[in-house]
Amino acid sequence: MIAFLLPNWIGGHTAYHSHGVQAAHIEGLWWLMFWVCSVVFVAVMVALGAAITRPPRESGPPGAIPPERRERMSRVVAGAVGVTVLVLFVLLFASVSTGRAIESLRASKAITVKLTGHQWWWEVEYKDPVPEHIVQTANEIHIPAGQPVRVELASADVIHSFWVPSLHGKRDLIPGHSSEIWIQADRPGVYRGSCAEFCGHQHAHMGLLVIADPPAQYAAWYAGQLQTPPPPADPLLQHGRQVVEAGPCAICHNIQGTQASGKLGPDLTHLASRRTLAAATLPNTRGNLGGWIVDPQTIKPGNQMPANSLTSEDLQAVLAYLESLK
Amino acid sequence: MRRARGFVFVSCAVAGLALAGCPREARKFHSLPAENARPEPVRLVSLQPGQAAPKQAAGGPYEGNAWAINQGERLYEQYNCVGCHFHGGGGIGPPLMDEQWIYGGSGQNIHDTIIQGRPNGMPSYGGHIPDDQVWMITAYVRTLSGQVPKPERPTRSDELFPHPSEQAMPAKGEKTEKASHPG
Repeated sequence: MIAFLLPNWIGGHTAYHSHGVQAAHIEGLWWLMFWVCSVVFVAVMVALGAAITRPPRESGPPGAIPPERRERMSRVVAGAVGVTVLVLFVLLFASVSTGRAIESLRASKAITVKLTGHQWWWEVEYKDPVPEHIVQTANEIHIPAGQPVRVELASADVIHSFWVPSLHGKRDLIPGHSSEIWIQADRPGVYRGSCAEFCGHQHAHMGLLVIADPPAQYAAWYAGQLQTPPPPADPLLQHGRQVVEAGPCAICHNIQGTQASGKLGPDLTHLASRRTLAAATLPNTRGNLGGWIVDPQTIKPGNQMPANSLTSEDLQAVLAYLESLK
Repeated sequence: MRRARGFVFVSCAVAGLALAGCPREARKFHSLPAENARPEPVRLVSLQPGQAAPKQAAGGPYEGNAWAINQGERLYEQYNCVGCHFHGGGGIGPPLMDEQWIYGGSGQNIHDTIIQGRPNGMPSYGGHIPDDQVWMITAYVRTLSGQVPKPERPTRSDELFPHPSEQAMPAKGEKTEKASHPG
């Protein structure tokens, strides 16, 4: 019962509400196994209860069973073994055919997203043969609804696992070994994913969002991500940008069109267009962003972002500038 | 009367401002407040007039802390110290694994070299890397030249572990010790 109610309490991170063809196959298999196992469990419990409560038929020395009864008992046991084997073969067949079905999603022309796991965030790169058409972002994958998308998986440090239960099963991100997974969302929506392989202190705070947009909206989003943010005209934003470029931000983070070109942390070029901060840990609000910049180790202890002691004027300017990066 | 007093006040204020704006002729007979002087100068050479001041502490705040040394190793790679110094053997920059230190080998010397930069190619990282991380890098760099006992330098990678190593968690040991020896 808890399993049915749980999805509504944990923010849509659930395999019971499938929104993709592959997740639908997996959900079907799950319900088949659930009902078969429930029936078997109830049948076994009923048989056990009957055996316990039935009074002994005749009083004789223990162990002395008449031959005709012994024959009947062995027929019952043989029948039960036969049914068990049959049920197991049905489940095996269902499992193999589900595996085949979820692997059959392929397309010759599809968007390729390279997803690199870091401790503890996701680097997202939309591949394109033309370098200017490459989009880099973090912790958020936009995909067009109704189209298969190829996701290339890699890891920068330890083994992570990509799992968006509403769309597909899990696939590991292994350092030094690239793999791929195909996903498809049938309907527009926001589907939460998380790292499903223990990867250190903040494994639990390594989430991501897959946002399925209608194709036209996706194209608009992609065009927006390709834009280099214009240099700010407002003096406050100019000061913020100057602090970002000259201060400690620039050595790890990249902002297109500025001197901040670090590659160690998430790309901030369009930070304000994202919904969350710190790998789907916090909603992307001004207060959260300020708290994260000043004291990230209280929010995610052990993460690789150091605390930054900015003056309040500098911090406000940096926040205003980062919020302008739509 | 009131107007005259106002005039005197305004002219005094103007004169004061004008004087304050003219530092060329200022003669400051009192020395600068003590807090402007660095309490313990960082010495690059051992030669000193008079009696040599007592040596400053060798390491930094993270000397001998395995986790910080490990973090320093990660940052040494990520901030591209390896680009010039390689893994201590030196290339474009001088080697860090030998006994020769051009600008001093104490923790404070190494910290200041990173913060201030040095002529002929060492960039100045002050303000670009948080001070805390500079001290971690310092702790790691000191292990390269064997200035720190070998057991302090871990061969492990701390980012792969979910919690501090067992010998680094004294709280548990203390508890059991207290429990076994009451009073």
